[in-house]
Amino acid sequence: MMTDVRDAHGRPLVAVTGIGLVTSLGRGKADNWARLTAGQSGIHRITRFPVEGLRTSIAGTVDDLFSQPFAAPELSEKLAMLAADEAVGQAGLGSRGNFPGQLFMAVPPVELEWPQKQVLAGDGAEAVSYDTLLAAAAAHTHRAYHEMFLFGTVADRIADHFGTRGSPISLSTACSSGATAIQMGVEAIRRGETDAALCIGTDGSVHAEALIRFSLLSALSTHNDPPEEASKPFSKNRDGFVMGEGGAALVLESYASARARGAEILGFVLGCGEKGDGFHRTRSSPDGRPAIVAMQDALADAGLEPDHIDYVNAHGTSTPENDKMEAMSCTAVFGPRMTSLPISSNKSMVGHTLTAAGAVEAVFSLLTIAKGRIPPTINYREPDPNIPLDVVPNVARDALVRRVISNSFGFGGQNTCLVFGDAPV
Amino acid sequence: MTEAVVITGIGLLSSLGEGIAPHVEAARGARKAVIDRESFAPYPVHPLGTVELDRQIPKKSDQRQMEPWQRIGVYAAGLALDSAGIKGDAEAKDRLHVIVAAGGGERDHAVDGQILTGLKTAANPGVFLNERLLSDLRPTLFLAQLSNLLAGNISIVHGVTGPSRTFMGEEQAGIDAVRVAHARIAAGQAEMILVGGSYNAERRDMLLLFELGGALLKGAPIPTFSRKPGQDGMVTGSVGAFLVLESAKSATARGARVLARLDAVSADRVRRDDGAITRSLVKLFLGHHVEPAGLLVSAAPGLAGPAAEESAALAAVAAGRTPVAVGDLVGHAIEAAFPVAVALAAALLSEGEAASALVTGVGHHRGEGVASLSAA
Repeated sequence: MMTDVRDAHGRPLVAVTGIGLVTSLGRGKADNWARLTAGQSGIHRITRFPVEGLRTSIAGTVDDLFSQPFAAPELSEKLAMLAADEAVGQAGLGSRGNFPGQLFMAVPPVELEWPQKQVLAGDGAEAVSYDTLLAAAAAHTHRAYHEMFLFGTVADRIADHFGTRGSPISLSTACSSGATAIQMGVEAIRRGETDAALCIGTDGSVHAEALIRFSLLSALSTHNDPPEEASKPFSKNRDGFVMGEGGAALVLESYASARARGAEILGFVLGCGEKGDGFHRTRSSPDGRPAIVAMQDALADAGLEPDHIDYVNAHGTSTPENDKMEAMSCTAVFGPRMTSLPISSNKSMVGHTLTAAGAVEAVFSLLTIAKGRIPPTINYREPDPNIPLDVVPNVARDALVRRVISNSFGFGGQNTCLVFGDAPV
Repeated sequence: MTEAVVITGIGLLSSLGEGIAPHVEAARGARKAVIDRESFAPYPVHPLGTVELDRQIPKKSDQRQMEPWQRIGVYAAGLALDSAGIKGDAEAKDRLHVIVAAGGGERDHAVDGQILTGLKTAANPGVFLNERLLSDLRPTLFLAQLSNLLAGNISIVHGVTGPSRTFMGEEQAGIDAVRVAHARIAAGQAEMILVGGSYNAERRDMLLLFELGGALLKGAPIPTFSRKPGQDGMVTGSVGAFLVLESAKSATARGARVLARLDAVSADRVRRDDGAITRSLVKLFLGHHVEPAGLLVSAAPGLAGPAAEESAALAAVAAGRTPVAVGDLVGHAIEAAFPVAVALAAALLSEGEAASALVTGVGHHRGEGVASLSAA
């Protein structure tokens, strides 16, 4: 019986024994799943900061977690904490504050924000420069800002809270970060370095400057009214993504260890594929090769053929470029079958949760397998004749789904694809 | 399955110049550190000298789309590819994995100052901020700031298109980048990995972050391991440091020159109670074969407390010897601090300086790491 805890390549199989989720749709996987499969949107008008003068005034923010103003890393930490609490609680692995595994966290880049800089700028009437701020900082009366805006702090606090082992990894591969966190957990378990990994993607960075930066790149939908109809992946009238916030956590465990302790297995991470793209900082290679290779590598890593996949959990950002490229790449990988292979985008409802997206969509992919129900692509009213795919339009669909490929593509040529399944291959 | 891991490429760029030679000379005491005490007074920095960017980043359009920290990194990565002899090997670069330790940012300091000044008297500060950001932020600035865009630019400029991950988290990111790269090759998960990082010290926004935590030295620098509490702190330096790591099997198969062996890398993160750093390093040393006569190289940030704890740990394995403090040569380079220390150790081994080297890294706020190397 030694072989059945290993995959086709002889490596330890990686099981998922806990999942947790927070998005603009709600807290916890039950609430999220109910609303996601009801085709509801979490996108709404932004109230966190003034939106006067902005071309985009909507987002899938997660509100009501703080009673006073907060900085982005504080919200990212909170979202990660909530998601990880749910996942670790479900897994029942280790004991409180003593998680017997490593931590891999996708976290957004951080920097001092305007409120902190305004405090340092003081009340005087004189012109402000960085020398003004440095002079104020030299008093060392705002030490908390230093810790808050170090890149490693969010993961450090999660590591402390859950008692994970070793040096926690904080990582970014832009919009594929959440998938990379899972991939790195899989790799560590396959190396035999750890029996378990807590993999988290979190992003609570919707503030004025972040929104304006994406807006200046013309990446965001300006379809502000009604907000819930703005994110329309694969539609002919799609006009950009909608920023979202969220946190998602997965407890990965070697199948041998999960089985030995009688844990409930929620699914398996069967394969990971990754390919860089050196074409352009924000645009994909016109031939789609990197995305194609990433999907093919994920399938090969899982020991599967394209025909073994039942559903594609799309990156599906709702930008003109991504959705076209993704549809083309999927068609190249899955062939003529792609016209009838269901593909849908969770982002039509939760928006693009950026750093968290790959982990959020991994959780939805596992729920899709567990529940036998495919979440829809909502706001699909004007089909794009160049994307003749079954996008599971507007209404969830019951189906036997045993294996899912989840795509994540990011700025800087990042392409990461994960394959999930209900059973070992 | 455990593959031996070797270093076949070193790319170094700092205030000392580029390539192995000036860094080895400085470590041997034959070249003085370059320190600018005026431009960012009272904070001394090790500034990057004039660099002919075209030599590694031929297109001006690429240079324009990066901030200095990214240009430093892309340049050093190019030097490492040259050193490993794979710069012109498109097939090798298509498979080459990348792990980058990166920070981010670089604010437009003038714009920030103007906005902060205006916010003081703005009738509606939120609306004022929106208006000014919309008109004053450069659209491409965001991409120049994103942490993973150093890796992205390495792909674009050098045609390196294997899997790429970016680690964040100050010094700890640099330690983990080298550790994970080593582990992946040792386990057969990758054959060849370009790993490293870069830091631009000539930025008031970063000085601000570290001064908030009281982590910067003011005035004339004194050697890292001689700094006393109250007169201590980091002297940061502009540095790019990349290594090409590969399995010994792969290096042999392609006839590559092995500069040094990277025998083991380990990392830890402890709550910084008294003595915690010493205990952490001593525990990490157990995973390494430490030669009493080997070379000691430290990526110490320059804070007196942590330096004393690091010295105490080193005394347990190499009594009576002070390590080469990389920060005294090129400045402390945050994410790039550990990669540049490992690169320097490898360079010294390749020049016959010793038979083995032990590299220690202690983050200014968190993160501890150890690497051991031996001569090829």
